[in-house]
Amino acid sequence: MPAVTVDQLRKSYQDTVALKKESFRVEPGELFGVIGPDGAGKTTLFRILTTLLVPDQGQARVEGFDVVKDYRQIRHITGYMPGEFSLYMDLTVAENLRFFATIFDTTIEENYHLIRDIYQQIEPFKHRLARNLSGGMKQKLALSCALIHKPRVLILDEPTTGVDAVSRKEFWEMLIQLKKQDITILVSTPYMDEAGLCDRVALIQQGSIMKIDSPARILEDFPRKLWAARSNQPYKLLQDLREYIDLASVYPFGDSIHITHKRDEMDKQQLEDFLQQRGHPDIEVAPARPTIEDCFMDLMNQGT
Amino acid sequence: MKRFVGFVRKEFIHIFRDRRTLLILFGMPVAQILIFGYVVTNEIKEARIAIYDQSKDAVTREITDKILSSGYFRLAKRIEDESQIEETFQKGEIKEIIVFEPHFDEKLSQEKSAQVQILLDATDANMANLLQSYTAGIISDYSKNIRFDNGQMPVIQTRPRMLFNNELKGVYMFVPGTMALILMLVTAMMTSISITREKEMGTMEVLLVSPLKSIQIIAGKVMPYVSLAFLNGVVILALGYFVFDMPVHGNIILLLSETLLYIVMALSLGIFISTVSPTQQVAMFVSMFALLLPTMLLSGFIFPIENMPWPLQWLSTIIPARYFIVLIKNIMIKGTGLLFIWKETLILLLMTVIFIGLSIRNFKIRLE
Repeated sequence: MPAVTVDQLRKSYQDTVALKKESFRVEPGELFGVIGPDGAGKTTLFRILTTLLVPDQGQARVEGFDVVKDYRQIRHITGYMPGEFSLYMDLTVAENLRFFATIFDTTIEENYHLIRDIYQQIEPFKHRLARNLSGGMKQKLALSCALIHKPRVLILDEPTTGVDAVSRKEFWEMLIQLKKQDITILVSTPYMDEAGLCDRVALIQQGSIMKIDSPARILEDFPRKLWAARSNQPYKLLQDLREYIDLASVYPFGDSIHITHKRDEMDKQQLEDFLQQRGHPDIEVAPARPTIEDCFMDLMNQGT
Repeated sequence: MKRFVGFVRKEFIHIFRDRRTLLILFGMPVAQILIFGYVVTNEIKEARIAIYDQSKDAVTREITDKILSSGYFRLAKRIEDESQIEETFQKGEIKEIIVFEPHFDEKLSQEKSAQVQILLDATDANMANLLQSYTAGIISDYSKNIRFDNGQMPVIQTRPRMLFNNELKGVYMFVPGTMALILMLVTAMMTSISITREKEMGTMEVLLVSPLKSIQIIAGKVMPYVSLAFLNGVVILALGYFVFDMPVHGNIILLLSETLLYIVMALSLGIFISTVSPTQQVAMFVSMFALLLPTMLLSGFIFPIENMPWPLQWLSTIIPARYFIVLIKNIMIKGTGLLFIWKETLILLLMTVIFIGLSIRNFKIRLE
């Protein structure tokens, strides 16, 4: 039985459609990423799965329980970390953890092994009020609180948003550790670079899932050859490239500009000549490895 | 049950860590009672009085001197004729007239008893009460110091008479009124704010996703406030009794049970407010306008209900404080038993049931 089944799920708010009849499955023990920009429908999807919202159409099941009918059972077996860290700011670290343990009818001691690796990092500050913690520490505490009742499914809504790069990396390492405890994890993120750490990802944009696969397969499926162009006038370069015929896509990526050509083989020399004429003496065009973000951009362009 | 206890413990931590809440909870009732009590009954200083001495002998002169030298009173007028009494009060400058009966000294030495009448303008009921007790105190102090040769004590009787407001309505109004106001405010406002705070902070999302039932969440929120508000009620009653001599003629258990009923009613109202307000600000606003002002203005606390125009009288029937004030006054001042106040009790009970029912119906088990 899949840990999570989503079948033809649709949800809209007044005049905006947040989810357009989406379907997917998450296998038990999987680390499943839902990746997309703000407003793509990630939070709506997770709120339906955590029984906080009722879908307009379609069905969703968590561990076989229907999110509408069996919401009580689901509330026992899921751990949820909402978008903003929902901790009690006027309670200390230890008090927060203890509170979440008691409302799930368990104790910190009983499931300490689950959170040990995470909680140990903030344990020295256990008597500090949650409001005085750094973003990274709040995130660890929130994760500990979501885990303390040994959930079968863990649902994390943008856990790394607003957290520094080091903490983000640590956090993902924790999630990978958690997989060993047989917990199915659904995690959403707007950061494309985090996709590679998931077993499978769903790329979501404006309420529709564009692709679901393992990160490696998504990268393999990138249809064309990708090139990175770099010059010391990035903005002008972008404009000049857009005027060059036969390019399938042109978009800035970090400190370079990623381009793909409509034909499989692109005449690199011809392009460099063109750009030198346009006043880019130091132009560099080199083949690049596609990333999830490139795939995302490509899928988005296909869609439009 | 363990879940519930854990929840209640968390609520207590919230309350005790928040100085603002604590201040509202405990500072406000005491301050309000003292302000209402003392501003109204402020210290007497050179109150203007008149004296109508029909005897003009050594004793009446001595008493007059003693009263005037106390510093509390200033002689504004001497009255020579009974007809001037009414006129003097009408002008409104004089709050008290001391009347010595004719042949005061003679009566005192022969009959061992004489009378002083204290006439008071009781439009300001508290002030009248205070003036009366000061004057009577000075006179009785004087009578203790004179002694006849045979060792017998004379009796100077003081006979106060309140004019214009002889029932002294309003004197004991502020204790029941403040109690109704404070309990309504701390309980309804505090619970509604504390529930909406969870919504605002996003913690409600996590609570909803937990196995806690909505009734557990609501009851857990309310529990601490029931006990704290009850403590508050007791403090107010004690202040009224010990500081302002408010009598408690009725059954204390009945009094406390009615107080508890009123608190539970206010709490259910608070929960109801929280189910319809999305933010703390809205909850605060609704509490202020829907609870504080009507409780103050329409419950009969400040303005007598009988004097209101009929639409307001009609409106006042849905103000819970109105019934609570009646209950408290009847129990404390008249010493009535449940037999005579069952109607008010029933109304409060009914309101509680309605608000709890509405809250449970309105409480959302999901986000929308």
